[in-house]
Amino acid sequence: MKKILELKNLKKHYPVISGVLRRQVNSVKALDGIDLDIYRGECLGMVGESGCGKTTTGKVIIRLQDPTSGHTIYHPESNGLPADISSMSRRAMKKAGIRGKLQMVFQDPATSMNPRMLVKHIIAEPIREQVRLGSRELEDRITGLLELVGLSKSHLLRYPHEFSGGQRQRIAVARAIAVNPEFIVLDEPTSALDVSVQAQILNLLRKLQKELGLTYLFITHHLLVVKYISNRVAVMYLGKIVEIADTRDIFSHPLHPYTHALLSGIPVPDAEHKSRRMILTGDVPSPLNPPDGCRFHTRCPFVTDQCRKREPLLETVQDGHKAACHRKSEIQKQLVL
Amino acid sequence: MAKLLETIDLVTNFHTYEGIVNALNKVSLFADHGVTFGLVGESGCGKSVFVRSVMRIVQEPGMIEGGKVILFPDKKETKTAVNLLDQSEAYMESLRGDLISMIFQEPNAALNPIMSIGEQVAESFLFHRKQEMCRKIAEELDSSECRTIPLLRHFQKSVYQIAEKNPDAFVLKLLSRIPVLKRWEKRLIQEAMDRSAEIIGKLGIPNPEDILRSYPHNLSGGMKQRIVIAIALACSPILLIADEATSNLDVTIQAQILEMLRQLKHTEISSILFITHDLGVVAEICDRVGVMYAGNLCEVADVRDIFRSPRHPYTYALLSSVPRLFQEGELQSIEGSVPNLISPPSGCRFHPRCPRAGDICREKLPELEEVGNNHYVACWKI
Ligand SMILES: Nc1ncnc2c1ncn2[C@@H]1O[C@H](COP(=O)(O)OP(=O)(O)O)[C@@H](O)[C@H]1O
Ligand SMILES: Nc1ncnc2c1ncn2[C@@H]1O[C@H](COP(=O)(O)OP(=O)(O)O)[C@@H](O)[C@H]1O
Ligand SMILES: [Mg+2]
Ligand SMILES: [Mg+2]
Repeated sequence: MKKILELKNLKKHYPVISGVLRRQVNSVKALDGIDLDIYRGECLGMVGESGCGKTTTGKVIIRLQDPTSGHTIYHPESNGLPADISSMSRRAMKKAGIRGKLQMVFQDPATSMNPRMLVKHIIAEPIREQVRLGSRELEDRITGLLELVGLSKSHLLRYPHEFSGGQRQRIAVARAIAVNPEFIVLDEPTSALDVSVQAQILNLLRKLQKELGLTYLFITHHLLVVKYISNRVAVMYLGKIVEIADTRDIFSHPLHPYTHALLSGIPVPDAEHKSRRMILTGDVPSPLNPPDGCRFHTRCPFVTDQCRKREPLLETVQDGHKAACHRKSEIQKQLVL
Repeated sequence: MAKLLETIDLVTNFHTYEGIVNALNKVSLFADHGVTFGLVGESGCGKSVFVRSVMRIVQEPGMIEGGKVILFPDKKETKTAVNLLDQSEAYMESLRGDLISMIFQEPNAALNPIMSIGEQVAESFLFHRKQEMCRKIAEELDSSECRTIPLLRHFQKSVYQIAEKNPDAFVLKLLSRIPVLKRWEKRLIQEAMDRSAEIIGKLGIPNPEDILRSYPHNLSGGMKQRIVIAIALACSPILLIADEATSNLDVTIQAQILEMLRQLKHTEISSILFITHDLGVVAEICDRVGVMYAGNLCEVADVRDIFRSPRHPYTYALLSSVPRLFQEGELQSIEGSVPNLISPPSGCRFHPRCPRAGDICREKLPELEEVGNNHYVACWKI
């Protein structure tokens, strides 16, 4: 498979400024060095608890925010040269035609749209940035987009507040696909929606991916949603990827104890299902001062001295299944027992 | 089994500028002693309004406009049943937090940021258990181990006896104004604090003493929610109402809280009314489930029956729209959206989205009927 994006040791630290002199006293290590390949046409799920850096990852990849260090390499579809977009200026990105190729849809459709703009203008905005179209052509294109996401021409001249949450999310999706992107970051696109509407949006996203050949980075904290929609899953903890594998492998034999705890913590909508629970103690430590060694060691039931001292690397265990844990080979046996 | 709470044709409306929002449309439901009852439904279906109506804390401009809410405090004695809607506000105030207590989604809204955790937990004891605590202290003062000088002891004892008989007595208010004599309250507060530490310890929170001294902003979201649960359980309520209590928490923290509730179920709490939109959580901890749609109760059954053989078309659709662990094929979504409750559909409110709807569904509201072993469904087409 061909890569579309390649992240190399990508970091994002938000400075914490305090005191009269406005000096930087510390930093929030929201994203602390991740390596990740994203392939064309896949849906890569990204899960983890709130505050682990999922949204930051999405924003840094598409350059809504600048990374502190590291590289994001974009591989164009036809055999053009790969470009490092982490250090490109915004204008250069636009000129190279990369800006429109990378889009993002946010969790809360209510806040990601200007409430005083008509739907027509909300969707026209990104198109206008890219090409000059006559008003007739523009309207036709917008109508086409609305129909693609399950709305109709009659919705053109309305304001966002006149729509339900699910419909607003459809509009946000229409805006994201307006400029023929290749890659879309979907940041918790269904978390604010009801289950019946969530199913509508998930099915819509699947359909669009197939029809338009899109690549998704699907961010969520809901593991069953990830299982439904993605081919591959990356698990994040405190700004790091701790495990990544095909969806089937993650769910059938997780290697990292954190993944295991996440999976066993899912409330499963099935009264017959009784899983063996692994309940973690304590809370996620602060990203201001992440623990030394393995970041998960403060909550890990399998912790040893080595874990407290040395940080484990994300290493391949089987083809495509990577985990960052010193004891990954032993733990698997203990968990199965 | 013995009934604990029953509502009969409960109607609650909100009188807004746009019109009357009929949030509860004749909801009749009962929950038994010792049962964890789950109320599920999509947002806006009236779950919160239902529990708020039961507790009589519906916000403006809402009004309870019909029906009954009957509480059976005693398992054996059905004569002690009371219709909460007939009671005085003072009665309700003494009931809330004592016989019935409630926890909400947002722990921050429930905790006071400028009071220490200890003071907030103790407050519950001081409000509901003052007399009992005074009696206990008076007895302690009698016992030989007490080392206060006799005269003072005698004085304190009589103060506590007055407090036991009438906590609002004028003498006590007067004494509280006099700095030296104010000290009599100290024992009471100490007793409340001891009880607070005990209840926090029972919830499996490490270092209860440290937690009691800290302030809400020192604690994480999961810990705050646990404190809120501790406050709710302080007076051993016969019913704990949890409104989306774990919905804002992360999976691992939610698992901790659910596990805690499950354990408390054996020791501290007998009955829980658990409100949630998450069918997974329902399957995890509930024994019995009620499904709501747009202000109507559609189906009530044991949790296994709901998941194994849902009878109402809405329950069925809802269950097929959540992703499963072993999901096969596409998710089924329900076409259309939840109706506006100002002008809800006539008859059965689900009919515009229902695949089985017929003429009668448009005309008349179906009532809950028993269709199987303790399984109730409100649908014309079963
Ligand atoms: N603009 C910002 N300034 C400072 N800290 C931030 C900012 N945005 C996010 N953070 C912090 O970075 C961490 C990761 O945040 P985020 O990526 O939003 O997590 P997630 O999406 O996984 O919930 C959090 O601890 C958050 O508080
Ligand atoms: N303060 C209010 N004013 C007007 N309508 C309200 C108010 N509170 C609730 N409602 C209406 O009552 C219905 C049920 O709300 P609620 O019980 O909060 O739903 P949920 O099931 O999500 O808890 C909603 O349709 C809502 O519009
Ligand atoms: Mg986020
Ligand atoms: Mg609610």
